[in-house]
Amino acid sequence: MGRYVIRRLLQMIPVFFGTTLLIFLMVNVMGDPIAGLCGDRQCDPATAAQLRSEFGLDKPVWQQYLTYMGNLFTGDFGTAFNGQKVTELMATAFPITIRLTIVAIVFEIVIGISLGVVTGLRRGRPIDTTVLILTLVVIAIPTFVTGLLLQLLLGVKWGIIKPSVSPDPTIDELLVPGLVLASVSLAYVTRLTRASIAENARADYVRTAVAKGLPRRRVVVRHLLRNSLIPVVTFIGTDVGALMGGAIVTERIFNIHGVGYQLYQGILRQNSQTVVGFVTILVLVFLAANLIVDLLYAVLDPRIRYA
Amino acid sequence: MRDATKTSVAPGSADEATAEPAAPAAPVRDAAKPRSLLQDAVRDLVRKPLFLVSSGIILVLVVMAAFPTLFASADPQLCELGRSLQKPSADAWFGYDARGCDVYARTIHGARTSITVGVLATLGSAVIALLLGLISGFYGRWIDAVISRGIDIVMGIPFLVGAIVILNSFRDEDGFRIGGIWGVLTALTVLGWMSMARIMRSTAMQTKQSDYVTAARSLGASTGRLMFRHVLPNALTPLIVLATISLGVIISAEATLSFLGVGIQEPTISWGVMINQSLGRIRESLHPLLFPAGFVSITVLAFIMLGDAVRDALDPKLR
Repeated sequence: MGRYVIRRLLQMIPVFFGTTLLIFLMVNVMGDPIAGLCGDRQCDPATAAQLRSEFGLDKPVWQQYLTYMGNLFTGDFGTAFNGQKVTELMATAFPITIRLTIVAIVFEIVIGISLGVVTGLRRGRPIDTTVLILTLVVIAIPTFVTGLLLQLLLGVKWGIIKPSVSPDPTIDELLVPGLVLASVSLAYVTRLTRASIAENARADYVRTAVAKGLPRRRVVVRHLLRNSLIPVVTFIGTDVGALMGGAIVTERIFNIHGVGYQLYQGILRQNSQTVVGFVTILVLVFLAANLIVDLLYAVLDPRIRYA
Repeated sequence: MRDATKTSVAPGSADEATAEPAAPAAPVRDAAKPRSLLQDAVRDLVRKPLFLVSSGIILVLVVMAAFPTLFASADPQLCELGRSLQKPSADAWFGYDARGCDVYARTIHGARTSITVGVLATLGSAVIALLLGLISGFYGRWIDAVISRGIDIVMGIPFLVGAIVILNSFRDEDGFRIGGIWGVLTALTVLGWMSMARIMRSTAMQTKQSDYVTAARSLGASTGRLMFRHVLPNALTPLIVLATISLGVIISAEATLSFLGVGIQEPTISWGVMINQSLGRIRESLHPLLFPAGFVSITVLAFIMLGDAVRDALDPKLR
């Protein structure tokens, strides 16, 4: 187990540096890092040269990357366009997005898995067909349309929720945005669980469990569900990273000042420090989530052992 | 599939060549000629309502994209502020948007951009995925390790973040963002190939261990021939299915990028552009948003259903 974790951690190192280097190159080479510093106009050549040498932008890119990474490991994430430290932005943005992601994941687990179990056990019945069609509709409608419509109906027309959340939103303010963020993944979780349950329902161990007289509830939860969860856990695990980075749309609709908002602002204002810093953290989350998923396999299926 | 057909036909032709007296038996053989897997799949498909409905919708959309004037006679660029936000009527089926443009005409004309972007970006990323996945799965070892880590690296970048960074860099000399389709195409292609490459890699790895590949190799087939004539045709199905499904997803992504304000811009008409223009006034009237958004959703749905139907037909294990 310990050795497996260490091997996986070692494998993550090239991916971590590769991804951060890639985003660093994308932001610094494709964009112009000083473009946003002179307001809406372009900088005059003298000022531009001054700024470039001040930020070390006249050095080769690989050297810039090394300097940046060196600073990063000492906890210095640089400064955002408005003079705020990037770490300060992170300290306000990440708690909000983490809350939003937790709400979304809880929706995925609770609603997605229960719908999947219910439909998987009743394949071909009306409820199964209805839920299947619903999941297709949810997948087909772009998230921002779902979000805008829910905001308009619940927030503006019926006044059940506030159309935009407060600067430091509580969990109950984030319920509807969380549902919107989760919607597409929710549909996929339902379909995955349904397929997995339907496949395993015919397995020998389920017949044995039924035959020895276990209550139905215990057969479904302890035998069937536990064995059907592996693909679902894989999906939800990889989704954690995607949700945190993909919250740009949801955060924009509900005016949530989280990670997505900061990234969006950072890119449009060409502030490479903010963008690379936030993406670095997201990459770490993504890698950690993948590792945890792998370790969860062994919990769900004791036959899987990591030497 | 190609090889399956070949092997089933080859004994027949050898028979005819060597055994002349057996000629009368040939017509009988012909009548009971086994269908190839592909023919099987096609027979299966045309009976499926799911396939018929989805391909019907896609056919209509493609005709719409090719000949928009067949469907709409109104000029999509003719806007009169006097009829701003008028509701749908017999005159204009989908009503008018905030600037008084005919929403129906614009939706029909927008199909071309949205579908072109979807098809080209999918083709582009499928080609990248095919080559990298095939090479990675076929050669294995360090080539596979390098390509697989490369896939992991690009996957680590959140899709929308990467897309906005790429689109933000498409600027003219004056520093204004270029709103044509090239930026969107680049972004969607560069960020859309990874899961297809993973599928291609794993099927190529499985296929290369088949007996017919070993047989061809021992007969002295070159690496290129093994890769493209034997492994590729037999490992292509999952890629085609995934590409069909992601075509819908890419059309939806085009709209999302427009929603974020970094996608295609006027004067090009696309569903995303229309959605973006409708946002400012959605609290007053919804129809300028709902019609293009509905078309996006129907298109996505059609491609997902088509992908599902094709997978069911081509994957005999699921029957």
